[in-house]
Amino acid sequence: MIELVSQERCITCQACVSACPENVFDKVAHKPPVIARPDDCQTCFLCELYCPVDALYVSPLAERHEAVDEADLIAKGLLGGFRRAMGWESGHPAGTEHDLTYRMFEEGRVAP
Amino acid sequence: MLFGILFCFIAATAHLLICITIFESISRSKQMVGTAISFDVRRRASAPRQTDVLVIGGGPAGVWAALTAAERGARVILAEKGLVGTGGATAAGNTTTIYAGPSSLEREAAIKRRLHHAQDVADRRWIERVIDESYVRLNQLADWGYRFPVDQHGQSYRGSLRGADYLRFMRRRLRKAGVEVLDQSPALELLRDSDGAAAGAIGVNRLTNEVWTVHAGAIVIASGGCAFLSGALGTNGLTGDGLLMAAEAGASFSGMEFAGQYGISPAFASVTKGIMYFWATFTDEDGNELPGEGDRQGIVARQLLKGRCFAVIDKASPYLQQGMRVGQPNMFIAFDRTGIDPFKQRFEVTLRYEGTVRGPGGLSINDDGATSVTGLYAAGDAASRENMVGAASGGGGPNATWALSSGIWAGRAAAEFAARLGGNHHLRERRPIGQAGLRPGSEVRSSLDARDVISVTQNEILPIAKTFFRREEQLRRSLNVLDDAWTAASGELAAAHLPASELVRAREAAAMLAAARWVVASGLERRETRGLNRRLDHPVKNPALARRLFTGGLERVWVSPEAQLRALAS
Repeated sequence: MIELVSQERCITCQACVSACPENVFDKVAHKPPVIARPDDCQTCFLCELYCPVDALYVSPLAERHEAVDEADLIAKGLLGGFRRAMGWESGHPAGTEHDLTYRMFEEGRVAP
Repeated sequence: MLFGILFCFIAATAHLLICITIFESISRSKQMVGTAISFDVRRRASAPRQTDVLVIGGGPAGVWAALTAAERGARVILAEKGLVGTGGATAAGNTTTIYAGPSSLEREAAIKRRLHHAQDVADRRWIERVIDESYVRLNQLADWGYRFPVDQHGQSYRGSLRGADYLRFMRRRLRKAGVEVLDQSPALELLRDSDGAAAGAIGVNRLTNEVWTVHAGAIVIASGGCAFLSGALGTNGLTGDGLLMAAEAGASFSGMEFAGQYGISPAFASVTKGIMYFWATFTDEDGNELPGEGDRQGIVARQLLKGRCFAVIDKASPYLQQGMRVGQPNMFIAFDRTGIDPFKQRFEVTLRYEGTVRGPGGLSINDDGATSVTGLYAAGDAASRENMVGAASGGGGPNATWALSSGIWAGRAAAEFAARLGGNHHLRERRPIGQAGLRPGSEVRSSLDARDVISVTQNEILPIAKTFFRREEQLRRSLNVLDDAWTAASGELAAAHLPASELVRAREAAAMLAAARWVVASGLERRETRGLNRRLDHPVKNPALARRLFTGGLERVWVSPEAQLRALAS
């Protein structure tokens, strides 16, 4: 579930507020948004994808909260990890041409 | 029928205070005789928007419906609960599609595969038209500039789409086509004209708390299936809202009994990427390998009734491992952040309920996507996918292909219907028809909490022992519990005041409860094991039951078997 909005990195663009499919954030004028309804988070990582400055961290734990330390996450290179894996840049979609999902169908073991 | 609508606009500091008080006297409905019911909404509200086609839901089915209607010259508004781009089950992951050209070997193989899994409840003609329509449109996506990967043989691979990218791409096409998109704007109820035709909707913007009203010539319900807030990835917004709204207008459903659809997920995460587990070994807590062929969910379900279940994806070659990792970032980000190597280390797994999102049940539609309600169309997971997948799950490729094709048909038919109404359709008299969770029947406001209604519903639907495996006595007990809950909810459940999140939650609770009753009542009627209806007390398929089950109703739930037996296809 969503655990961090970096006060340091956030540019208050509110992209995460608009993008969250579960309406987890509340907008705050001229300030970083607040995580108002953390338990509604469905751990989909899409807010991280839409964040242009890698200011968010979604813990993969879907059913309980986890205390996180921003410096530690940065040291481990975890901020922005999902966005980089997808290939998006500054909130702009990219990377679909690198999708290797088709390899799962090459053996003929499964088919859509 | 007499009714009057009183709007009072009172200027409040920065906002308008609007209270919509509706006096109704409906002789047919006991619950509502002579009651003055009010759905009071504070803060900003805007004047009704006028459009030809209103699409409710902005996943793949909704965006294709909206785009197609706009291409036919209709004015189109699309209202999505989340953002068009992140809302719905597709956005959260990637999705395979059935991409097979006319008279190709792949097409014939795909049709045979569908018919085999469908257990005699699908329809070959529908499978063909779904695949053929999608083939054209997937090629069109490439022509428009969606960048498909190139496979080992140098071929553009069009059988897979990345959800977040696909929907963002379609969002741009919608803007280009002039579709007005309302993001973060769940619909709460439909409007009906004096002839009973669907003629608009009322909803709320979750970010601004603004109440919106759209007057439309035709409506497409593309709001997805219902997964009962199980926590399965991408389904938390999929609470059956559109199903309830359509039922209030009088629409009916089929396939709701094929409900035993669960996705395998790491126990710590929400990601239900079932395809990976074709290459997995399942074990119990002590590391003993669990027996079972093919049906991965069945292996896990049987073990979970006894204890904990573990998996390791140990049968994938390094080449395939790389394909999985690059192709499914949302699954591997979860493993990477917990420090688990799923190809080498066992991790605990569980089943997360996917309901009618991947199970086939939904609104009954004809070839054009029309429901039985005039002016009301349905597409994607909101519609029954029995024609495409029969008694089986449509998870992945079939559902994505269905969403695309059914969206196009519903959008086209809705645009044509609105055009036939002529230019003055916005002058029709309209009445909002939402009840449970919005305008309850009783004047007495109790403290009935949406969260309690949700947990009662979940308790009858989510457990493996109740819905993966079913039996008569349990289904009867569940139906009694759910019927009692409905009586209470339809009389008393409401969140009369904003914030929007409370209003939406109350309506979601009513929608899930309504869907649960169709799921259970239909399961009770199908006394056999077929596809996703696994009856422990009727463990085999009964050829005499190769027919659809229709269901519907709110105050009283009904189930009605199709008169004709289906021709046995497989």
